[in-house]
Amino acid sequence: MSVLEVKALSVSIGRAELVKDLSFSVNEGQWLMICGPNGAGKSTLLNAITGGYAYSGTVLYKGESLKKLSPKKRAAELGILAQNHYVGYEFTVEEVVALGRYAHSKNVLGGMSDEDERHINEALSLTGLNELRNHSVLTLSGGELQRTFLAQVIAQNPKLLLLDEPTNHLDLIYQKQVFELIEKWLEVPGRAVISVVHDLSLARAFGTDALLMDKGRLLSSGDVKKVLSPENLNSVYGMDVGKWMRTMLSQWT
Amino acid sequence: MNRKTGKIRFYEFLIFILISFAVICLCVSVGSVAIPLKDTVRAIFSAITGAKEEGLAYPIIVSRRLPRVICVALTGASLSLAGAAMQGLLKNPLADGSTLGVSSGASLGAVIAIAFGISFPSLPFAGTMVMAVVFAFLSLLLILGLAYKLDCSFSTNTIVLIGVIFSMFVSSAMSIIITFSADKLQSITFWTMGSLQNASYKNSLILLGAFIVCGGILFSRARELNAFAIGEDNARHIGVNVRRTKLVILISVSVLIGVCVSIGGTIGFVGLVTPHMVRMLVGPNHGRLLPASAFGGAVFLCLADLVARILLNPLELPIGVVTSIVGAVVFIFIFYRSRKGGR
Repeated sequence: MSVLEVKALSVSIGRAELVKDLSFSVNEGQWLMICGPNGAGKSTLLNAITGGYAYSGTVLYKGESLKKLSPKKRAAELGILAQNHYVGYEFTVEEVVALGRYAHSKNVLGGMSDEDERHINEALSLTGLNELRNHSVLTLSGGELQRTFLAQVIAQNPKLLLLDEPTNHLDLIYQKQVFELIEKWLEVPGRAVISVVHDLSLARAFGTDALLMDKGRLLSSGDVKKVLSPENLNSVYGMDVGKWMRTMLSQWT
Repeated sequence: MNRKTGKIRFYEFLIFILISFAVICLCVSVGSVAIPLKDTVRAIFSAITGAKEEGLAYPIIVSRRLPRVICVALTGASLSLAGAAMQGLLKNPLADGSTLGVSSGASLGAVIAIAFGISFPSLPFAGTMVMAVVFAFLSLLLILGLAYKLDCSFSTNTIVLIGVIFSMFVSSAMSIIITFSADKLQSITFWTMGSLQNASYKNSLILLGAFIVCGGILFSRARELNAFAIGEDNARHIGVNVRRTKLVILISVSVLIGVCVSIGGTIGFVGLVTPHMVRMLVGPNHGRLLPASAFGGAVFLCLADLVARILLNPLELPIGVVTSIVGAVVFIFIFYRSRKGGR
């Protein structure tokens, strides 16, 4: 069943048209990788879906227009992990993660139910942040901060996860852990993931489907291996991508 | 501190109340005429029970000092609460009614009301108050709109610069009005200096009403403020209705500042100093920060008022002078730290 359906989506900021006439859909169980060079409009696309930019066209969530959902309802279904994080004040890791429960809580004053607590603890241990839970976010490394916000979106317990470069700032171990974590998260029926990824090997290894974008346009969509084929990538990136990858790999033999 | 739920604990609440009460008692009994605490308490007690009281203590305490101290405490609490809310909403520790120029905007509204004789027939006081609130809100919209147009964010430098420019604009507008209505000069200068010298019980009732309503609204938005303090994008991502929440908070803040300005004039930097100090004590979570800031603001302004009264006794300093001196130092300290540590 289709979770998200995007039809003829365009996003303009000022005179610049950042995303042009884009259509695609994501089904349950799918992990859609959005790939393309810098400035292709990948982050803009994610931000438009989550209400950050005005857009023309339609975005349907389970057959219903996303614009009609209230912000809270939308957040309970769609979780987004932003690319960059900058926190101004000394909140603790746990306080940031606990805010992920905002969309689910009915208590105006922010009391936590047992279910909220369970989701928060689960998210903290999944992302390996249990020991840092009382640390100030201002003292964290870039990778720890990235995992904090990943934990927040997991605590949010959405059906559809939108990740803008989830391995941004992460070292190799955590890149592996985060991708395996998301793969496991996806095993629960009814869930789907869309992520912007620059690492084409990671995209091919973990994705089920892919969108290849360039200059705001959709070049190809469908099965990940077909979309991210050497021919497509060579034309988008203007270089022999396969050769480069093999050169990199040969460093290890 | 129970940081997880972000709620203030009962014993913490009790400590705040006790400290505030002690400071208020101190401020009522100390002054140009020293009245022993025992007599002070007796005067207040007899005022409540309605018993007749002889001597000098009764009129000084009950009709002069007590209303003044209550107004000072409520003004401090309101301004500090407004500052804390704005600092969270804009994710900027330097945001405050006085740094942004909202207080000057509100006083301009009050001055216009006086100069042009804007008032409501049955409520002579309401004209200046409504104009102050409206002008506070318009100033906020204008300042934030400008900041957003300039760099799409509310970075420290932009906010400070726009606050300076806006305050200059307001003071020149004020000068123009003063030139044309010299006969009302006395009451107009009052709004630029800030003073609660002649505060009455009626004033304190109005302040209390605004504080309870707007404070309650702000407190019920504590989680949304936390989200904004982490980042506006993050607030949207977790499901906060960004537009509506912003509007509600900005209106509440404007009412608080406008009411305070219409009664006490522009008393600068209270909303900057106290939330900053309180944040170091209880952390940035607004569930604790907001109530703690309210108490802290009351204590801070009462002490500032006390200093203003007794420092050059029998001469009295305007209270705004005392808060501005402290505020300037704290402002530089925060600015320095935000430039150095990137926070």
